[in-house]
Amino acid sequence: MSSSDHAFTVQVRYFASLREALGSSQLITVDAGCTVGGLRDQLIALGGAHAQALGRGRAVRAAVAQQMAAEDTALAVGAEVAFFPPVTGG
Amino acid sequence: MHDSEVQIQTADFDLGVEVATLRAGDGGAGAVVAFVGTVRDRAGAQTAGSITAMELEHYPGMTEIAIEAMVGQARLRFAGLRGVRVIHRVGPLQPLDQIVLVAVTSAHRGTAFQACEFLMDYLKTQAPFWKKESTSAGARWVDARVSDDEALSRWGIVADNA
Repeated sequence: MSSSDHAFTVQVRYFASLREALGSSQLITVDAGCTVGGLRDQLIALGGAHAQALGRGRAVRAAVAQQMAAEDTALAVGAEVAFFPPVTGG
Repeated sequence: MHDSEVQIQTADFDLGVEVATLRAGDGGAGAVVAFVGTVRDRAGAQTAGSITAMELEHYPGMTEIAIEAMVGQARLRFAGLRGVRVIHRVGPLQPLDQIVLVAVTSAHRGTAFQACEFLMDYLKTQAPFWKKESTSAGARWVDARVSDDEALSRWGIVADNA
């Protein structure tokens, strides 16, 4: 995976309450240099269930390439990005 | 020894079998500490009523990677840590069912007590699992607890989960 000067597609996966609201996964085209937080804002801008489930007032955590990721994490071409609520295992 | 230290499964597990396997052939292990987490039949303050069922969801792939990384952290932190076995169940569970096992061995008890607690504190806030409780009033996703973040902070690690 590498960064790109052009728009590219990422697979976005959802888990738990976000999966129930938004489905298991979707492909989203993002601009070059997009971060986790930028992707979240882009999804919020879709409105409807996305704005509701991912809204800035909600506790949402993220992973990139199956590693916990902060909002300023840059996305790479082909990256798997996941959004989910705080974890509650154990 | 198991092929893998970490296992995510729908099936139940047997504490005695797991501990016996962990200890097998290791004459240097003088201490075993095991933690088993189980499903309570009563909800916390966030939900009224008793729990009739629980569903455990995970992120296949990431969950295993995350717990294996935690075991790696534990090995760096506790040099005397010998065997480690982590089993976490997913799918539908009932009250009183076992959910999670963390079992460790070391030469002396101090390391085993600490490593077991460290792994559980880490797992509670950093491994991608989500619990959904069903009660007579309906089903709801369990909220993360700040107290679990605080438990991890005792080890000098910022959980940033709840």
